Amino acid sequence: MKRVIISMAIVGAALAAVPLLGLPLFYESFCYLVFHWIVLATSWNILSGYSGYFSFGHGAFFGAGMYTTATLASRFEVPFLWTLPVAALVAIVLALALGAVVFRVKGVRGELFALVTLAFTFVVGTIILNTRIDGGPGVYLSAVPLPKIGPSPASTFYLLGLFAALATVAIAYAIYRSRLGIGLFAIHDDEDVAEVLGVPTFRCKMLAFAVSCGLAAVAGGIHAMFVSYVTAGDTFSITVPLTVVLMSVLGGTRHWAGPAVGATIITALLYAFTASDHAIAGKAVFGAVLIAVILFMPQGVLGTIVARVRRARTAASPAAATTTAAEAEGRRERRPVASKPLLVARGIRKSFRGVRALEGVDLEVREGEILGLVGPNGSGKSTFVNLVSGHYRADGGELVFAGADIAKVDAHRIARVGVARTYQIPRPFAHFSVIDNVAIPAMFGAAHMRREAAIADARRWLEFTGLADKAQWLPDDLNLHQRKFLELARALASRPKLLLLDEVLSGLTPGEIDGAIRLIRTIRDEGATIVFVEHVMKAVWALTDRVVVLDHGQVIAEGAADVVMGRSDVVRAFLGKAHAGA
Amino acid sequence: MGAPSFSLLAQSVLSGVFIGALYGLLGLGLSLSWGLLRQINLAHFALAFLAAYLCYQLSATGKIDPLLSLALIVPAFFALGVAMQWVFARFDITPFNSLLVTFGLTVIIEALIQLIWTADFRRLESGYGDAKFKLGFLYVPAPELLTLVLALALSFAIWAALRHTDVGKALRAAAEDGPIATAFGVNRQALALMLSGVCTALAGVAGVCIALSYTLAPAQMYGWIGVVFAAVMMGGLGRPLGPLFAGIVIGVSEAVTMALTSPSWAPLVSFSLLILVLLVRPRKA
Repeated sequence: MKRVIISMAIVGAALAAVPLLGLPLFYESFCYLVFHWIVLATSWNILSGYSGYFSFGHGAFFGAGMYTTATLASRFEVPFLWTLPVAALVAIVLALALGAVVFRVKGVRGELFALVTLAFTFVVGTIILNTRIDGGPGVYLSAVPLPKIGPSPASTFYLLGLFAALATVAIAYAIYRSRLGIGLFAIHDDEDVAEVLGVPTFRCKMLAFAVSCGLAAVAGGIHAMFVSYVTAGDTFSITVPLTVVLMSVLGGTRHWAGPAVGATIITALLYAFTASDHAIAGKAVFGAVLIAVILFMPQGVLGTIVARVRRARTAASPAAATTTAAEAEGRRERRPVASKPLLVARGIRKSFRGVRALEGVDLEVREGEILGLVGPNGSGKSTFVNLVSGHYRADGGELVFAGADIAKVDAHRIARVGVARTYQIPRPFAHFSVIDNVAIPAMFGAAHMRREAAIADARRWLEFTGLADKAQWLPDDLNLHQRKFLELARALASRPKLLLLDEVLSGLTPGEIDGAIRLIRTIRDEGATIVFVEHVMKAVWALTDRVVVLDHGQVIAEGAADVVMGRSDVVRAFLGKAHAGA
Repeated sequence: MGAPSFSLLAQSVLSGVFIGALYGLLGLGLSLSWGLLRQINLAHFALAFLAAYLCYQLSATGKIDPLLSLALIVPAFFALGVAMQWVFARFDITPFNSLLVTFGLTVIIEALIQLIWTADFRRLESGYGDAKFKLGFLYVPAPELLTLVLALALSFAIWAALRHTDVGKALRAAAEDGPIATAFGVNRQALALMLSGVCTALAGVAGVCIALSYTLAPAQMYGWIGVVFAAVMMGGLGRPLGPLFAGIVIGVSEAVTMALTSPSWAPLVSFSLLILVLLVRPRKA
């Protein structure tokens, strides 16, 4: 990390000295353009590359910056440099307003987000064109005095661009390393899971969007001065968003430096081709280069290189010995359970488009117990887990956890107060290594650790679940059994008071099930309360202190497993009428 | 500026319907390849313009009637589409990367058009160009009417084919869940090749319509992207009737805005409409 900062400082200082060499003006202007696109592409990447929310609205914020500077400097005679922070502020306010609406609507992701932001660009552009801000003919800045920073105007723009580019790349790097960056990358892989593990997804997206758009506006402000004539048609077109997407994808969107690399390559290519005598042929070559890079390096230039280095490194590292702390034999004992309830559900209702999944469910989970939640398929078990973890909101009823009402609370807050869950079909973050997958809940969940502490803690949970030697693997390389255990390690790493296990045993072999049962018992012995949703009856008998039976969204029985499962109405719910009398 | 007369308003609604039909025709192939192949084909616009220029050239040098030129353009573009899909399938491309690759293709086609036909304006001279007739108090230009008829016919034909034929059902199944469809004996690769061919052929038809009604310049292809994408999204991906109806809604709202205020306000209506549709439309939980 230190190395990156030092090398950035050295590169910055060296580049800042360039104007002293007295090169022809043309070089400084060309370099300014490179810096300009580095700012735009890198700032775009902070939201879109990291979190996967591809914005096609970067032009709107770039344009907002351009017009803020143009208006303030030409009409109100505000000194040019002072207009830049105002430009950033205007774009940030716009971004927060748009984000507050768009990020709240679930499902506006991927191409839909791209389209909303593109349409936003045209709306902003049309308004500016038709109001006094522009009015049609464009705004001239030729009369605005340029502060003398470098020896010539060209070198002034060079230095302004350099400074903006350095600042942007440094900010992108800082976010990449920070809690916010990890949250954004988790959103990229699986936003719902990220939220349930404690990542405040809405706040992460808003913050990243604001930073991203503010920086784009600064680039816009400087560029307004550089071109000295601003028109709505050129500003609010599809060119800016398309170019920054191309640059970032070419360089690699999952790396902080990717967009800067891509911006340099494309600006240089465009220049080399359009400036030559064969401008049209050059254009075609540009298109061909683009196609070739995307087809052969779908992760971008830096992405491909990084992946190669990582592969070489993991191949070289020796595999650690496998140890499973949980292998120690657990004793079967029904421990006296404290009567204090940890989770109380009263009259919980939930429907999906008229299908009633839960119809007034009342149940209590007592501190320190393992409560089995059983019932036939479609009885509402998973819906209940989804409600408690905050993935869905209940239509009605009360949900009290450790004395606090959590029925209307965001999922990440529920995670913070100590609820963790696993998914029936494992949903690991595909681009994070196994250990990073486990570190995320340690950072964002109830434990709320710093990154280094979280990694150390994650290693402990990997040892506990027997995955220690796979720490650097990607989830795709694990088999189902290991992925289930990764789910478990991830839930444990947040140090939950209440652990919701949604069919952790389904799909495992009998031997693997025995191992998992021992593991779950150890977890309880360490003090967690567990809700155990399961179809594997052997495990329900072996593990639970009490069971609650759901059928058609209602509680039909409650009590010790061996007593409840013999009742005729319970048998009927599972097996149908014919077997009930037997 | 007083309130526009009724006949003026009716004329703008009609012209909105006509331009909307062209949005729909351009959007049809785009929507099908986006919804059913998961490819965002930016090159659709460049291909349409390539077809427009071919139509122009065939008419100018070969004296071939623009409508007859469809007999050449449609099969040629079908083959082109098949070839494109063959490459895409080989590289197993993601939707966003398809956007980038087809942008590269767009730039290449634009350069090609510039190289052959230069950046100057070109106008197709044919018997259809200025033909128009009067319907009550409304003027109906023949090329635009032709576009509307073609858009309606093709949209409904594809809608019927997807709904009622085995190939159409197989296509929809493959889009819904590829591996499962394959397990039931659907040949996805062959279907994708065919569909891509059809989409590209549709770009060819749209191109001929553009040549009939508009003066051509290479850079104009970018002007259509925003509004046609809006029509495609509003209409729903992969739904053949969607782009046409959404296109007409956008076209009419633009035309009426132009008549009531000034032409420069027109994008505000269509794009605000699009944002609204995207934010409030019902979606899966």
